[in-house]
Amino acid sequence: MSKRNNNPMLPCWEKPLLLLASGLWVLALLLAGLAPARADALADALNPLPTVAMADMEQAIGKLAQVQDPRVGGVLKALLEARLFYVKESKRVVFADPKDDGFKLTDALTGEALGEVGRFDVKKIPITNALRTVLNSAIAKLELTAPDAKQRLKAVESIIQNPNPEALALLTKQVGQEPDNTVREAIQVALSLADLSGSDKTLRVQAIHALEGNLNQEVRNRLTALQEKTETGDFIEPDSDIRNLAAVALKKIQLKLEMNRLGEMLFFGLSLGAVLVLAAIGLAITFGVMGVINMAHGELMMIGAYTTYVVQLLMPNAIDYSLFVAIPAAFVITALVGIGIERGIIRFLYGRPLETLLATFGLSLVLQQLVRSIFSPLNRSVSTPSWMSGSLEINSALSLTLNRFYIILFSLLVFWGLLMILKKTRLGLEVRAVAQNRAMAKAMGIRTDWVDAMTFGLGSGIAGVAGVALSQLTNVGPNLGQAYIVDSFMVVVFGGVGNLWGTLVGGLTLGVADKILEPYVGTVLAKILMLIFIILFIQKRPRGLFPQKGRAAEG
Amino acid sequence: MSTVRIHDPVTDENDGVASPELDTAHGPILYLEDVTVSFDGFRALNVLSLYIDDGELRCIIGPNGAGKTTMMDVITGKTRPDAGTVFFGQTIDLLKLDEPSIAQAGIGRKFQKPSVFEQLTVFENLELAMHTDKRVWPTLFARLNSTQRDDIEIVMETIGLTAQRQERAGSLSHGQKQWLEIGMLLMQKPKLLLVDEPVAGMTHQETERTAELLLSLAGKHSVVVVEHDMEFVRSIARKVTVLHEGSVLTEGTMDEVQNHPRVIEVYLGD
Amino acid sequence: MGIGNLLARDRVGKTFLTLLALFAVVVSTLNLLVPEASAFHVSTFTVTVAGKYLCYALLALAVDLVWGYCGILSLGHGAFFALGGYAMGMYMMRQIGERGVYGNALLPDFMVFLNWKELPWYWLGFDHFWFASLMVLLVPGLLACLFGWLAFRSRVTGVYLSIITQALTYAFMLAFFRNEMGFGGNNGLTDFKDILGFNLQKDGTRVAIFLLSALFLGLGYITSRFVVESKMGRVVTAVRDAESRTRFIGYKVEHFKLWIFVFSAVLAGIAGALYVPQVGIINPSEFSPLNSLELVIWVAVGGRGTLYGAVLGAILVNYAKTIFTGILPEVWLFALGGLFVAVTLFMPDGLVGVARRLRLGGVR
Repeated sequence: MSKRNNNPMLPCWEKPLLLLASGLWVLALLLAGLAPARADALADALNPLPTVAMADMEQAIGKLAQVQDPRVGGVLKALLEARLFYVKESKRVVFADPKDDGFKLTDALTGEALGEVGRFDVKKIPITNALRTVLNSAIAKLELTAPDAKQRLKAVESIIQNPNPEALALLTKQVGQEPDNTVREAIQVALSLADLSGSDKTLRVQAIHALEGNLNQEVRNRLTALQEKTETGDFIEPDSDIRNLAAVALKKIQLKLEMNRLGEMLFFGLSLGAVLVLAAIGLAITFGVMGVINMAHGELMMIGAYTTYVVQLLMPNAIDYSLFVAIPAAFVITALVGIGIERGIIRFLYGRPLETLLATFGLSLVLQQLVRSIFSPLNRSVSTPSWMSGSLEINSALSLTLNRFYIILFSLLVFWGLLMILKKTRLGLEVRAVAQNRAMAKAMGIRTDWVDAMTFGLGSGIAGVAGVALSQLTNVGPNLGQAYIVDSFMVVVFGGVGNLWGTLVGGLTLGVADKILEPYVGTVLAKILMLIFIILFIQKRPRGLFPQKGRAAEG
Repeated sequence: MSTVRIHDPVTDENDGVASPELDTAHGPILYLEDVTVSFDGFRALNVLSLYIDDGELRCIIGPNGAGKTTMMDVITGKTRPDAGTVFFGQTIDLLKLDEPSIAQAGIGRKFQKPSVFEQLTVFENLELAMHTDKRVWPTLFARLNSTQRDDIEIVMETIGLTAQRQERAGSLSHGQKQWLEIGMLLMQKPKLLLVDEPVAGMTHQETERTAELLLSLAGKHSVVVVEHDMEFVRSIARKVTVLHEGSVLTEGTMDEVQNHPRVIEVYLGD
Repeated sequence: MGIGNLLARDRVGKTFLTLLALFAVVVSTLNLLVPEASAFHVSTFTVTVAGKYLCYALLALAVDLVWGYCGILSLGHGAFFALGGYAMGMYMMRQIGERGVYGNALLPDFMVFLNWKELPWYWLGFDHFWFASLMVLLVPGLLACLFGWLAFRSRVTGVYLSIITQALTYAFMLAFFRNEMGFGGNNGLTDFKDILGFNLQKDGTRVAIFLLSALFLGLGYITSRFVVESKMGRVVTAVRDAESRTRFIGYKVEHFKLWIFVFSAVLAGIAGALYVPQVGIINPSEFSPLNSLELVIWVAVGGRGTLYGAVLGAILVNYAKTIFTGILPEVWLFALGGLFVAVTLFMPDGLVGVARRLRLGGVR
C-alpha cells in the first residue's frame, strides 16, 4: 500500500490500522507487565486531568507528554481533537466517539470498551487555543522523536499536509539531528514549503530552488497554486518573480514526472516482453531447432497454468510455497505431454511442416475442449503468494509491482537456463548437431528420434513453466493459450528462427514497443500496428533480426 | 537411337520472344571480375576472375569447397556477391537481375541434384522450360503451336524419353531425371549453359552419350561444365579451369593442368 | 477452349456440375412449387442452409487453388470471405433506410447509436448495388494484392507465410471489433430488409440467392478448372513442388503466386457476398483465425489439389458440424480437432485420395 493513499475512509486502511493498534496494545500490555512503574506514570499523569484547573492545564499536559509510554500520543491527539472525556460519576478518563444520541466510550488507559452512554453522563476535558498550540508541539515532538523512521516520516508528511508553526519550529530543530535520509529530505520539503508561504522574498526564492525536481504531490499543488488567477483575472500571487520561478520549477518537476512515467512504461513493456519471451522461447526451440510448428504450444502453457491451479488446490495452507512446487510439476507434466505429442503425431509428419501445423492445431482444439470438460469453461483464479504481491517504491511517483518484477527475473532465469542446457549439456550438443545436419548427426550415432523427442519435451516443458508465470498475471481459462500464440509466433518470426538471442531481443522489443504505443492509440490499435510492423519488417529482413547464415540456412 | 540429334536454338528464332540484346562482339560471353562471396567470415569465393568465350566448352574442376557451386549461384542470381562484377556479354549486368530475368536473358542451369518437377509429366516439364513468353497472362492463355510441339518432340527424342512422355517425372530413374533436366535446359535455348555434375549417377553408356551431347552443343552455345569425374572431363575438355579456395588456381588443357605442381599438391594433399 | 473441351478430361467435374445443376433445380422446385403440406416440400430454411453450404464450397475452392495447387497455406482466407460479406452487408444496411429502429434515412442504426452525424466516406456509394458488387471483388482483391506483393516479394514462404496470413486475419478481427471503425463493432451488420428491392424474408428471394450461389459455385469451378488446366496451372504446380527451380527456368514466381492469390481472394469475396444475405448477419467473428483454419480442414478432408475434393469436403464437414452442434455441441470441438489430426496422419490426400486408392486396388 503506498503512502499516497492517506484517506482513512478507505476500508483497506482499516485493517492495518487495527492490526497496528492491537499490536501496540499487546506491546503495551507486555511493557505494563515488565515495568508497572511506567504504566503507573501514565495513570498518574492522566487521572488528574478531569479535576485540574484551567490555569494548570499547560503544566498537566507537559507532564503527560513527558511520560514514556506508547499510549501518550493517542491521548494527546484525542485531547486535541476534543475526543477526550471523563465519566462524570467516576472521573474515569475515556475516549468518546459520538454514537446516535450519546457516546461510545473506550478507557483511555486500558483500551477497554466501556459501552455506550448518554450525552450527559460524560464531560469533555476542555482546552483553549493556547493549549492547542502546546498540544500540537507536544504531539509533533513525540512523533518526530519516535524510534521508527517510518513513523517519523509519516509525522513529517502529516505536517506537510497540515502545517502548524509549533511543528515547523520543531522541524527546524530536528533537521540537523535526523539520521534517516528520507525523513531528512521530507523535513526539508516541509521547511521549504513553509518558507514559500512566508513573506520573505529571499527565503521564498530559496525555497523554490530547493523544491525544484521534487516529486511530492503537495509541492506540485503549491507550485501550481502560485500560477492560478482569481476570478477577476489577477494572479493570486502578486510577485511575478516568484510566479516565474515557480513556473520553471514546476516545469522541471513535470519533466521528471514524465521521465518517471517513461520508466514505468519501460517496466511494463519489459514485463510484457518477458511474458512474450517466456511464451516464445519454447516455440523457438521446437520451431527453430526442429523446424516444427507447434500450434498447440499455447495449450501447453494453459496446462502449465492449470497445474498451478491444481497445486494450489492441493496445498491451500501453503500458497506461499505453491509456486516452487508448481514450476517443476508444470515442467514435468507439459514435457511429458509434449513428448507424447511428438511420439504420437509429429514424428510421422517430419518434412511436412504445413501438415504439422494443421495436426497440432487440431490437437490444440482437443486440449482446450478437454480442459473445458474437466475444469468448466469458466476462468479459475490462482492466488498470488504474499511475497509476490505488493510493490517496490522507487520514488513518490514511481512504484513497480513485485509480481511483474519477479516475472522479468524469472524469464531471464529460464532463458539463461535454456542457454546453458544447449551449451553445456550432452543433450544440448546433440540438439545443435541435429539442427545443423540431421543426416550427419545420424551417421555419427546420435539417436535423432530420441533427440527429437527430448527437444520437443524441453520446448513443451518451458511452455508449461511459462504457463505458471502467466497464471500470476492473467485469468486461468481454456482460452489462455490462444491469446498468446499469435504474439509468440510474431516474436519468433521477428527475432529470427533458430536463434534464442533473437527471441529474447525480439520479445522484449515487442513488449516495450507495445506498451509505448498503447497510451497513444489504445490496446487494440497498438496490437494491429505491431502486426503491420512485423509484416513490413520481414520485407526488409525475411529471416528476422538474427538470421542464420551460410549453407545451413539455404535449406 | 544411335545418333544424337540436336535441336538448334540459334536458327530457331520463330518464338517471337524478345530478350535483352546480347553483345558478344569482344569475344567473351561471361565476365566474372574480382567476385567475392563470404558466409559468416568464410570466403566461398575469393576475388575470383573468370572469362568464358562465346561458343567455348569449359570444364571447371576443383576439390570440395573450392567454390564451384557458389560461382554458379552467383552467375544465376541465387547468391549476391559482396564485391565484384558479373557481366553477360558486354552489356548485361547480371548483378542487377533476379533469377528469372537471368534465365530469360539466356543462361540455363542444370543443378547438381537432379531437380525436375516430380508431379508433372515429362512432356509438361519440357513444355514449362520452353523458350517463350513467360509472363502471367500469356501463360494463362498459352496454347502449343505445331512448331513448339515439334520442338518438344525433338528434345524428347534427344534425351531418349519419348516413350515416357506421359509419365510423371517423379517416377523416372536417377539417370533419366538427369537427362530430363538436360532436356529442359535445351528447351530454354540458352546462350550459356551451366552444367553442374551432369554424369553423377549415370551408367557408362549414358555418360558417353552425355559427353557426345555436350560436345555437339559447344560452338553454337557456350557451355560450362563442373565435374568431378576426371575421365569424363578428359573426354570432353578443351580448356580446364582449376578452382581452389575460391579463386582460380590455373587454366589450360587437361594435360597442362594435371602436371601443374600446385594442382597435384591440392588434389593429393600436402 | 469450350467448356466441353475443358471438362473432357475432368469426368468427376462433369458429374459434379451435373449434380449441382440438378440439385439446384430440384431444391428450388420442391420449395416453390410443391405445397407446404406435402412430404416432398423443402422448407425455405433448408434451402438457406443448402445455399450456405454452396458458399462454403466456393470458399473451399478458393483455398484449394492457393493451397492445393500453389502450396500457399493461407490461414487468412476467412478475411477475404468476411470482407466480401461486409461489402454486401453495407449495401443491405443502406437499403434499410428509414425502416431502422432510429428511423434515420442516411445513417445505419449503430451509427446513430454512436452519435455520429454523418456517413463516413468509406460508406459512400454503398447504396448502389453495382458499387457494392464492385467492392465485393475489389476490396478482397486489392488486399490480397497488397499483402501478397509484400509477402511474396520478400520470399516469405511455408509456415512463415501461414503465420503471417493468420496474423492478417487476426488484425482484421481486432480492428472490426472496434466501434470507431464504423462497421458496427461487436454486433456487425444485421437486420437486413431487402436486396435490390426484393424482401429478404420472402421464399422467392431466398431461392433466388440459393440459385445464384449454385451458379457462382459452378462458374467458380469452371474458371478454376480452366486456370489449373492451363499452362499457368502447371507453372503454379511447379512453384508448389520446386519454387526456386521454377525461377531458374525463367518464371517470375512472385507474379504467379500473386495472381493466383488475388484470384482466390476474389472468389472468397464472392462467396462471402452470397453468404451474408442468406445468414442475415456479418460480424467480426468471421475474421477469427479459427474460421480460416476450419476451412483449410474442409479442403484437407475432401482432398486438396483436385477442386471437387474441396467442394466435397466443405459440404461434408459443414453437414457434420450442423448435426454435431445440434446434438452434442461439446463434442464438436473434439471431433473437429480429431479430424485435423486424423486427416493429416491417415489420409493426406483426403477422401478423393482414399477413393482413388480403392479404385486402383479394385483394378488390381
